[in-house]
Amino acid sequence: MTTQKERIVIIGAGMAGGRIVEEILKRDDTRFEISIIGAEPCATYDRIQLSPVLAGEKTFDQIVTHSQDWYDSNGVKTHFGYWVQSIETAAKHVVLHDGQTIAYDKLILATGSDPIRLPLPGSDLHGVVAFRDLLDVDLMTQAANNGGEAVVIGGGLLGLEAAYGLAKRGMKSTVIHLVDVLMERQLDEAAGRLLEKALLDRGVISVLNAQSEAILGETHVEGLKLKDGRVIPASLLVMAVGIHPHVEPAKSSGLVVERGIVVDDQMRTSDPNIFAIGECAQHRGQCYGLVAPIWDMCRTLADVLTEKNVDSSYAGTQMATRLKVSGVDLYSAGRFSGGEGCEDIVFRDPGRGVYKRIVIKDDKLVGTVLFGEAADGGWYFDLMKKGEDIAPIRDTLIFGQAVTNALAGQDPSDAIAAWPDDTEVCGCNGVSKGQVVASIASGNDTLDKVRGHCKASASCGSCTGIVESLLKCTLGDSFKAQTGPKPVCKCTEHGHAHVRKAIIEQELKTLPDVMQALKWTTPDGCSSCRPALNYYLLCAWPREYKDDPRSRFVNERNHANIQKDGTYSVVPRMWGGLTSAKELRAIADVVDKFNVPMVKVTGGQRLDLFGVKKEDLPAVWADLNAAGMVSGHAYAKALRTVKTCVGSEWCRFGTQDSTGLGVKLEQATWGSYMPHKFKMAVSGCPRNCAEATIKDFGVVCVDSGYELHVGGNAGIHLRGTDLLAKVATEQEALEWGKAFVQLYREDAWYLERTAPWIERVGLQFVKDRLAEPEMRAALVARFLESQAVYQVDPWAEHAPKSEPAKVFSPLADLREGFTQPEPAE
Amino acid sequence: MNANVMINWTDVGAAIEVAPQSARRVETVMGAIAVFRTVADEYYAVFDKCPHKGGPLSEGIVHGRAIACPLHNWSISLESGEALGADAGKGCTPTVPLKIADGRILLGLNF
Repeated sequence: MTTQKERIVIIGAGMAGGRIVEEILKRDDTRFEISIIGAEPCATYDRIQLSPVLAGEKTFDQIVTHSQDWYDSNGVKTHFGYWVQSIETAAKHVVLHDGQTIAYDKLILATGSDPIRLPLPGSDLHGVVAFRDLLDVDLMTQAANNGGEAVVIGGGLLGLEAAYGLAKRGMKSTVIHLVDVLMERQLDEAAGRLLEKALLDRGVISVLNAQSEAILGETHVEGLKLKDGRVIPASLLVMAVGIHPHVEPAKSSGLVVERGIVVDDQMRTSDPNIFAIGECAQHRGQCYGLVAPIWDMCRTLADVLTEKNVDSSYAGTQMATRLKVSGVDLYSAGRFSGGEGCEDIVFRDPGRGVYKRIVIKDDKLVGTVLFGEAADGGWYFDLMKKGEDIAPIRDTLIFGQAVTNALAGQDPSDAIAAWPDDTEVCGCNGVSKGQVVASIASGNDTLDKVRGHCKASASCGSCTGIVESLLKCTLGDSFKAQTGPKPVCKCTEHGHAHVRKAIIEQELKTLPDVMQALKWTTPDGCSSCRPALNYYLLCAWPREYKDDPRSRFVNERNHANIQKDGTYSVVPRMWGGLTSAKELRAIADVVDKFNVPMVKVTGGQRLDLFGVKKEDLPAVWADLNAAGMVSGHAYAKALRTVKTCVGSEWCRFGTQDSTGLGVKLEQATWGSYMPHKFKMAVSGCPRNCAEATIKDFGVVCVDSGYELHVGGNAGIHLRGTDLLAKVATEQEALEWGKAFVQLYREDAWYLERTAPWIERVGLQFVKDRLAEPEMRAALVARFLESQAVYQVDPWAEHAPKSEPAKVFSPLADLREGFTQPEPAE
Repeated sequence: MNANVMINWTDVGAAIEVAPQSARRVETVMGAIAVFRTVADEYYAVFDKCPHKGGPLSEGIVHGRAIACPLHNWSISLESGEALGADAGKGCTPTVPLKIADGRILLGLNF
């Protein structure tokens, strides 16, 4: 018989569970047989990063810390999607919900915590959620897709991040908070007011001093009633009022449990073979709800279990808080409310929205609140933890590290290099400066590699600048060349700009050529890169490259918009929003003939036919074609509509023929594929009835000519246009329009609309290229070259019974009597 | 599918009717089945219904041995029907036995 390895079983595959596995393996990767049990059906992810996922700033993939592959390749047995029924401490095994038992020598409880649900009437209605796991985020994201009003109960860290995420996803978002200062456990009143305003600027309304009484609604939440009688409408209600440690099954198994599972300084519970870490543990009377203590606990426990450092003991953690709301810099640590013997140093600049306060006691820093400028948070926190005597730097302390060091005769750029090795760089993952430098020295020479290796800057990212400085001072000048932009997708390390450049410079003219030349890691790409590459190729080589429908999304392949039930919507083009009796009759006939369930007038001044079956599409198009109508490309990353007002022909305010210019613009640009959808409008006067200043290209007619506006967007992030130029004639307006479209086609990244593109490259970049007559003419020439190939009606190419139309019918239909298909020729 | 049950192989069309990196639909009394052909000319069949929101998988982008659902971009393994990547473990689409014989596509249907 072979000697059995010691068996470690971990209950909970959250941040603590994942980290303890890593810490144990780091110390000894042969001694134990490790199993991990997790109730969520996925591997380990960074729970604090759910806020950016909710806000749409990160994807789930980006927050996975320990994947199934990682566990597999480290020989860790996983039981994801299982929960533990009981722990039988005498038999030393755990029983899973399906009855199977797993024996252990050492058991680690990392069961985390549960959100507190207020026992309000109506709290069981649909649309009432907590903010704790991925399922909650999914529910909230889906709710946000339907728009409406979100109410978040709880103005703490988590509640505010939830409210911000929902506002960013387009909901009207309100936070209900019991007391009169947001995040009152971390902020003083002044900082709380600044935060309230900053959130309001980002679409989050705060209702303070408000006590919830009941959640209203029949089956689904409709509103929240407050004690003072106010009712706040809500289609989604998020409870973010706090957490309590998840103590089952520890409690029913007879372990000592108070608020949390009681542990000693070695993380040992009342059973010597069972340990607890993270939010479920109670250490020296305290339960923690933040991440830093988890890392400290995991280090201690791994030391103890592997016997690498038997004296290791956990002494509690001082904590700092950083709010993850984009553009709001907020940091708080230690005691800020003062007390006997405490002195305050406060810096205020209401104009810039900056507020800093540091609290000093006996010449030592004991607390800080920073709002608006929080880069020095780590430095203050470090001074605080070390208990340094700040008397010598007291007069400059409030101005931060750079100023303090500069006045002390140090070069501010050397400040980071001069940090002691144990200064904490990454608070999320507990990584010190020394660990980052060691990681760089061992060959991790890019930000991504450092993130992958030692985790610094891999969570909230607020220390990215510091890690980059460390890369710079460790590697010297060779660093800059190595930082790459974000890859197109997981199939490649190259960014969009590099790929576009390579396609032109290396004359790559097919998808396999690009993947070969740029060393793609997958056989035929994925659903992210293939559509991008297909677009880049057809834009670069309009005549030579053959468009690949199999690398296009369903809508562009089927030339109609797929709906959630698998039917399609069909939008014929109406030039400049004009139509005729003949066209309307043809549309009406199609609606009758094909039983189209709904017809809707679109925002782009056309008609949308909903509920068309896929197999009917070619016949529907043929009937519309017969009346002279072509595809409206309402489904494509292409020119969509040109919205117009009636202009000088009818309107008493009209200054130019806006309708006529709109029709000409649409006739010049229809059929051109672009990085993303592209909308235009022409308004006949500055009253702007065609809403030209929220379009990708908008023309506002004035007495003296035409104002050309670009980069507008009415989506989730409303962006008004920038004024590109003013021209005198219709001819010039058309020329600039075509040139702008081509510049966008050639320069923007796939799926980047004009608004973010212009924010990335700057308006001046666009102006410089279009204002120069030769460059403008060259752009127009390249656009016309492309249009010569692509300005064809895709509907006409799919006439019924044609080869391309064949795939719109099923391969076989076995529904009636197992009909066998005819053998092929 | 249980290997002990006699599989009823049904001819649903010629193999060349499905282009590489694409799919065709077969309608059955049990719902539509999607027949896929990968870039390496491997054929697979799964029910044409994403485990997430029922999206028609036959309309997705075929990449490697996986299909990206057209509705919300879940990636589904053509071999196992399991959701992949970030959605792994969240759902599974039933697969259908398939073989190619004499240039014809045969589906193993026991209904």
